[in-house]
Amino acid sequence: MAKPKVCVLRTAGTNCDKETAFAFSEAGASAELAHINSLFEPQKKLSEYDILAIPGGFSYGDDVAAGKILANELRYKLIGDIKKFIQDGKLIIGICNGFQVLVRSGLLPGSPSLSQEASLIINDSGKFEDRWVHLKNPKSQKKCIWTKGLPGLISLPIAHGEGKFVVKDKFVLERIEEQGQIVFQYCDEEGKAGDYPVNPNGSTGDIAGICDETGRIFGLMPHPERHISVLQHPRWPRSKKHGDGSMIFANAVNYCRRNL
Amino acid sequence: MQYKIEIKDKTGIFDAVGEGIKKDIFDLGIESVKSVGFVQVYTLEGGITPREAVRICEELLADSVSQDYSIGVPGFPQTAEAGAFVIEVAYNAGVMDPVEESALKGIRDLGIKSVNSVKTAKKYSIKGRLDAAQLKMISEKLLYNKLIQHIVKPPSHPAARPLAKKDSGYGFELTRVDLLGASDGKLKTISGKGQLFLNLAEMRKIKDYFRKIKRNPTDCELETIAQTWSEHCGHKTFRGKIDYKEVTETQGRGVTRKIDNLLKSTIMKVTKELNKPWCVSVFKDNSGVIRFDDKYNICFKVETHNHPSALEPFGGANTGIGGVIRDPLGTGLGAAPFLNTDVFCFAPPDYPFEKLPPGALHPKRVMKGVVSGVRDYGNKMGIPTVNGAVLFHERFVGNPLVYCGTAGILPKEKSFKRAEKGNLVVVVGGRTGRDGIHGATFSSGELTHESEKISSGAVQIGNPIQEKKMVDTILQARDLNLYNAITDCGAGGLSSAVGEMGSDLGVEVFLEKVPLKYEGLSYTEIWISESQERMVLSVPEKNIKELSGVFSRENVEAVVIGRFTGTKRLKLFYKDALVCDLDMRFLHEGLPQIEKKAVYIKPRHEEPRFSCPKDLTGVLKNLLSRYDICSKEWIIRQYDHEVQGGSVLKPLAGIVNDGPSDAAIAKPVLGSKKGVVVSCGINFRYGFIDPYWMAASCIDEALRQIISVGGSLSKTALLDNFCWGNPDKPDRLGSLARAAYGCYDIAKGFGVPFISGKDSLYNEYTVRNESIAIPGTLLISAISVMEDAGKAVSMYAKNPGDLIYAVGETFDELGGSHYYGLSGFTGSSVPRVNTRKALKAFNALARASSKGLIRAAHDCSEGGIGVAAAEMAFAGGLGMEIFLGEVPFTPKTQNLARNDFILFSESNSRFIVEVEKKNRGAFEKILKGVPFGLIGCLSDKKNLKVIGLDDIPCLSARIDELKESWQKPLRW
Repeated sequence: MAKPKVCVLRTAGTNCDKETAFAFSEAGASAELAHINSLFEPQKKLSEYDILAIPGGFSYGDDVAAGKILANELRYKLIGDIKKFIQDGKLIIGICNGFQVLVRSGLLPGSPSLSQEASLIINDSGKFEDRWVHLKNPKSQKKCIWTKGLPGLISLPIAHGEGKFVVKDKFVLERIEEQGQIVFQYCDEEGKAGDYPVNPNGSTGDIAGICDETGRIFGLMPHPERHISVLQHPRWPRSKKHGDGSMIFANAVNYCRRNL
Repeated sequence: MQYKIEIKDKTGIFDAVGEGIKKDIFDLGIESVKSVGFVQVYTLEGGITPREAVRICEELLADSVSQDYSIGVPGFPQTAEAGAFVIEVAYNAGVMDPVEESALKGIRDLGIKSVNSVKTAKKYSIKGRLDAAQLKMISEKLLYNKLIQHIVKPPSHPAARPLAKKDSGYGFELTRVDLLGASDGKLKTISGKGQLFLNLAEMRKIKDYFRKIKRNPTDCELETIAQTWSEHCGHKTFRGKIDYKEVTETQGRGVTRKIDNLLKSTIMKVTKELNKPWCVSVFKDNSGVIRFDDKYNICFKVETHNHPSALEPFGGANTGIGGVIRDPLGTGLGAAPFLNTDVFCFAPPDYPFEKLPPGALHPKRVMKGVVSGVRDYGNKMGIPTVNGAVLFHERFVGNPLVYCGTAGILPKEKSFKRAEKGNLVVVVGGRTGRDGIHGATFSSGELTHESEKISSGAVQIGNPIQEKKMVDTILQARDLNLYNAITDCGAGGLSSAVGEMGSDLGVEVFLEKVPLKYEGLSYTEIWISESQERMVLSVPEKNIKELSGVFSRENVEAVVIGRFTGTKRLKLFYKDALVCDLDMRFLHEGLPQIEKKAVYIKPRHEEPRFSCPKDLTGVLKNLLSRYDICSKEWIIRQYDHEVQGGSVLKPLAGIVNDGPSDAAIAKPVLGSKKGVVVSCGINFRYGFIDPYWMAASCIDEALRQIISVGGSLSKTALLDNFCWGNPDKPDRLGSLARAAYGCYDIAKGFGVPFISGKDSLYNEYTVRNESIAIPGTLLISAISVMEDAGKAVSMYAKNPGDLIYAVGETFDELGGSHYYGLSGFTGSSVPRVNTRKALKAFNALARASSKGLIRAAHDCSEGGIGVAAAEMAFAGGLGMEIFLGEVPFTPKTQNLARNDFILFSESNSRFIVEVEKKNRGAFEKILKGVPFGLIGCLSDKKNLKVIGLDDIPCLSARIDELKESWQKPLRW
């Protein structure tokens, strides 16, 4: 396979589409911006792509609830194509607003009925916040193909007002823990858990990102596309060659090359 | 059928909105509130079945994991909690609520087509002991603004409350205004009553025009002229004739000058004389354009939205940022916005409630509202807000300043526009409503405590997603070369946008074709409405189909409303009736040049005399806690400053990312090395002493911040934004003119051109014949192209053992300083600028940073060396020891070297610089001929220590204590 094809999904209010496409291109993919309306037209098909990326932003203004209206569009207007996409072994990532979409559409943490089992609600601080956070990738987590080979501790920025991860009940939390679906947890610079601002939004279990059972669908509140180069980091760590987020995109590209 | 749906958090879920309001109530001084519960209310109307209503709740409106819903009949409380006061707040009829549109879309996506309308409301249930007065205070001070919202009162019977208010249709009737028979007195009345804000000379000129063509004007014609000739659109003061008299101590009895067009003889003159080849388009388009690289140009514009923000802080700031984003979008053939800036001036947030003038909102509420307004619009547009400043003074009560700036990038070949004869006039984006009527003329008069009643139409709420969709699609149409010209609908609405675009050609517009939000607008209202999120394009007829496709594919309306004719007339029709027929030349050139008097008399402020305190530790802590100086992290973090991925130097920097950066650097082209630096300079306090040196200091501050972060002046341009009081009063205009002369001299001295600017005059708040004018405030914004963004320098201390230098000369210039301000003094020794010396220092430092010799640099501004050194130290988590005897200090007035003066003087053109020991020789060689002193070094002792002139420590404090003093005041 030459260059894996990425569909960076846009709609009214999407605003991290260009830099997400740039991050995939830098990693060796061919990334296209596609408006959701174009996927409803007969000539454009989701199946042409290998990776579906739902980027950050405020889809439909985050009116009603963050990501909700776009989530419903996926559920009610595109669900056949999406199910096929997943069955074909392809990859999906949702970043920030995209994560909210994946959770509200039931694709994450994922159950056969696609019922919503988790949510991302207003930060405990009650306000939008842009800050850099430390994230740990739990050792037990081996499933997520997007984070393979990543160091145990990385840093990425967050920028959201509704990022507090909550679950329907404790059984959901137990299940995603047992199945190794917790991909990122907020922590301090030494990897230890802590209160605000270490956990910036009050997320249950400090959860910042999860994957589905297959490890191919991944959602996270932090922005990996905002740390693909060292210059994007607030302190420009000149000892490093790439930003911590770049490997996430590279993993996806490599996975497609090997498996699709 | 109508359903009232209430959504609230499930038990056990933390109600962050309710908690936030509880805290705000506490801040009002009401401590008896136990809890506040927040409920989101949706009222649905249409032929919905109960089963559909349940589906809408479960599948759309309520989050099944975290929220509960209830469905009820309007008017009856659903969440009737025992002992709770319930306040429900809804928007007034006609106020735009973007959630309605999204919710309707969401419902249709579920396959339910029978919903006609969605209305939203917010309900608060407050528990605790409260009396009626307290409840009223909470409602009015926190929960609603009567200009846009009202409290829903439950009627005795649900049917008593009207459903969605039906707008009455509009019956057309052409209105003429009798000018020909009007006396001077009557002319004044017509201008006053019609909120035209035109003076007698202007009204007479209009009367003459219509006498010649032997008829009376229509209301629409008169409004069109008033909009075009308004201070806001026409900048009459800056372009007028001014009889200027200046009295300063050096001139004896004073000098007089006749100024013909202040703008051309100061600001624009700098640019003309410097004639930089990289200035692409200046003072012509909606923003100033300069070269970025071989492929792209960048443009920059800063606007103000002061009067709307005074009345409705959220909406005012919201539409302020929305408006300035449309400036780059309307520049050339359209630029993509890539960064925002914001600068605010408020009264202090602890201003006593009882001192508040009638009709004015409390400054803390103004501040919170303004910050939320910028946050909402900027974040939703996906434009990083990267730079700004916040200043405080009592005289901003009633009239805050809200400056919003946007920079954009556009392909080189798309930098110019030209509407052509036969092109169609196309309006794209949002629909037109009755909002914002008379905004342009409203901002051309003073605010009074009556303003909120008279001008409520000038207050709006923005819809950022509408604007985002519009930007996305316009840029696609631009790249397909589908139109010849574009401009934004700002103040004056279509009347300004279409009128300006067609000024050379002439244009005809069919007003009934303009898409409306609701029925009932008159032809004049359609023409002058300032509804947000609209742009006007000039489109060749052959492209219209393809253009329509681009917009409709992403659900944006684009409608043909007229044509550019070549007749040099402005003709407006409403359903076949001619409602306006004006000569374009009269409209655009007929405005009589106004003549005004200006007097500047240098005020006398005594230089205070007091002895130098022995220990300056407490002084430094107090300075760090001044509202102007303290950390603005609470604001900065609410803005997404990293979206678009180009962020290099962020507004917060340091070992834990919380120190104050001097300027911001962003890369508009992700694959390129090049960066764009933006900074700002503002300090109205120096203007109390001398506006000339205030202007000089603002320019110096903006430029030295660019140097501080590793930039250079070689491709740097400036914007000016004057916010002043009523220019009809000679003293206000006098200080304005003096500041403009400062701009000319200093920008010319630095060799840096202005590329665009804006003035906002009449910033006064009048209550019962007493007028509070704002301090004359000049904002200078700078934008600079940086060849290699990888050479950026941040402000925080990096390494123990590194050397600390003071670069630039310190004088005993404490006039207007915060150090004097601590004791209530103004003083007279205002900081000056010597551009020849400053330029030498700036260029040397630019060379040093391009060679990688500078580890950290921070500019000295408010609070001087003391504050700058403290900020560097605590942001880097390191200790610093400095020796005041090594600071290059030249006493000017009192001929006295003092620890406090050296440490807290606010002399311009100075920096604190960190250099690695091994680079000492190379650094000092580059700085040859520039005054500098090796004043100390960094350590890991986490202490700031200052050794005085007598070799005895005069200041010593732990850096975490200093940081606490700096962070505490605005840690909300």
